[in-house]
Amino acid sequence: MLDALRLYGRYVGVSFRSQMQYRTSFIMLTLGHFLMTGLEFLGVWVLFERFKNLGQWQLEEVCLFYGLINMAFALTDATSRGFDMFSSLVKAGDFDRLLLRPRSTVLQLAGQEFTLRRIGRFSQGLIVFAYGAQTLGIDWSIAKVGLVMLTLAGGASLFYGLIVLQATMAFWTTESLEVMNTVTYGGVQTAQYPIDIYRTWFRRFFTYIIPLACISYYPSLALLEKEDPLGSSGTFQWLSPCIGIIFLALCMQAWKVGVRHYRSTGS
Amino acid sequence: MSAYWAIFSARLRMLLQYRAAALAGLSTQLFWGLIRVMAFEAFYRSSAAVVPMPVEQVVDYIWLGQAFLMLLPIRLDSEIRAMVRSGTIAYELVRPLDLYNFWYMRTVASCLAPTTLRCVPLLLLALLLFGMRLPSSPAAATAFALTMVSALLLAAAISNLLNITLMWTVAGEGTAGIMQVATFLFCGMIVPLPLFPDWMQPLLNYSPFAGLMDLPFRLYTGHISSDQVTTVLARQLGWTFALVIFSRWLLARGTRVLVAQGG
Repeated sequence: MLDALRLYGRYVGVSFRSQMQYRTSFIMLTLGHFLMTGLEFLGVWVLFERFKNLGQWQLEEVCLFYGLINMAFALTDATSRGFDMFSSLVKAGDFDRLLLRPRSTVLQLAGQEFTLRRIGRFSQGLIVFAYGAQTLGIDWSIAKVGLVMLTLAGGASLFYGLIVLQATMAFWTTESLEVMNTVTYGGVQTAQYPIDIYRTWFRRFFTYIIPLACISYYPSLALLEKEDPLGSSGTFQWLSPCIGIIFLALCMQAWKVGVRHYRSTGS
Repeated sequence: MSAYWAIFSARLRMLLQYRAAALAGLSTQLFWGLIRVMAFEAFYRSSAAVVPMPVEQVVDYIWLGQAFLMLLPIRLDSEIRAMVRSGTIAYELVRPLDLYNFWYMRTVASCLAPTTLRCVPLLLLALLLFGMRLPSSPAAATAFALTMVSALLLAAAISNLLNITLMWTVAGEGTAGIMQVATFLFCGMIVPLPLFPDWMQPLLNYSPFAGLMDLPFRLYTGHISSDQVTTVLARQLGWTFALVIFSRWLLARGTRVLVAQGG
C-alpha cells in the first residue's frame, strides 16, 4: 500500500514536470479554465440579480452549493485523465501493456496524468465558496471544517466512480460513450442549485441512483444549520458524504469485473 | 464557384458520417436542457419580481439554444491547425483558389452538418415531450428561418477569423478558450439576454454574438415582433460583412509573414 502511494507520488511528480515544460501555455490554459468555469457563476449571478431569490434560497447560500460541487469535480477532473482516455487505450490494444506490469491497473491509470490546470475550476469554486461562507457568517468549528473536507472527499469519490464506470463500459463497447457526461458535467450543473427546486423524479434519480444530493445538498444544509424543506435528519446530513465514498468502492468492483472480461483488440 | 461548392459538399458528407456521436450528444443535450428548464422554472415560481420575458418564452429559448449549440463558433478547425503546425499550409497557398473563400466554405459546412444532425431530433423531442411551443406565428417562423440562415453565415465568419489567427498563435487553445467564454455568455446560451441587467442591454444587443442565437430565438418566441426581421438581418449581415473584410485583411497579412513550419 505504502509502496503504491510512493509510486503514485512519482507519477504525479513526472506529470508536474512535463506540464511545466510549457509554462506560458500552462498559465494560459489555467486562466482560460478559470474564466470558462467562472462563466457559469456569472449566469447564476445574473439570475439572482433579476429574480432576487430562488424559493427560500439566497445567492450566498447557492454560492456554497456551487463552490462545493465545483471544487469536488475539479479534484476528480485533475486526477482521472487516465480513465477518461481509457477507451482509446482499449481501441489500440494498449491496455495489454498495463496488464503485464506488476502493479494494479487502477494505480497505473490514475497515475497517468495529474492535470494541473484544473486548478482553474478549483480556485474558482473556492472563491465562490469563501464569498458565500463569509457573507453568511458561518460559525466555523473543527467539526464543520471536517465536514467540508469529508464533503469534498465524498464528492470527488462520486465523480471518480462515475468516470471509472464510463471507462468500464469501454470493455464492452470499445468506443467511449458520451452519455456519462450527462451525469458528470450534468451533475455539476444540477448540484449548483439546491436539489429541492427540481421535479420529484429528477431529485430521486440524483439521490438514490446517483447519490449526488448526498455530497452537496445534505452536507450544505448541515453547514448552514438550516431546516431541510425535504425533511432529512441532522445525523443523516452529517454522514451523507460517506455515501459518495461507498459509491466509488462499488464502481471499483464493476471495474474488476470489466478487467476480467477484457479481450485484446487491435493487431 | 463549383470548386467551392465541391469543398462544401465533400466536407458536409464527411461530417454526416458521425451518427453515433450525434446520438450520444443528443442525450447529453436533452439532459442539459431539462436541468436548465427546471432551474428557470424554479426561479420564476419563487419570485414576484417583474421579468422582461415570460417563462414560456424562456423555455422555448432554452430548447432552441440546445438544438443549435453546434452552430456556435467555438471550435477551431483541427485540420487547419494541423496544417499550420506541420507546415503543409504551404500547399494551401499554392491552390488556384481564393484561400479565404476556400476556408469559409469549409467552415460553413462544419457548422452546418453537426447542427442539422442534432437540431432535428432535439427539436422534435422538445416539441413533443418537453413543453416547447411552435413559433408564435407563421410570420415569426419565416423570420426565424431567415435569421438562422444569416446566423450560420455569421457563425462561419467568426469561426474563420479564429482559424486565421492560428497563423500567429499556432496552438490556438488560448484564443479558442476565450472565444468560447465570450460566445457562450453574449449569445444567450447561459442566460437569455433579455434577463441580463437592464444597463447591459444596449451593449448585448449590438454585439456580434447576439445575432448567433439571441435575436433569431426572440423572433421565434415573439419576444421581438416579426416586422423587426429586417433590422435583425441587417445587424447580422452587417457584422458578417465587417468580419469578412477584417479577416481578409488579416489573412493577407498572415500569408505575408507566414513561416511554414517543419522541413
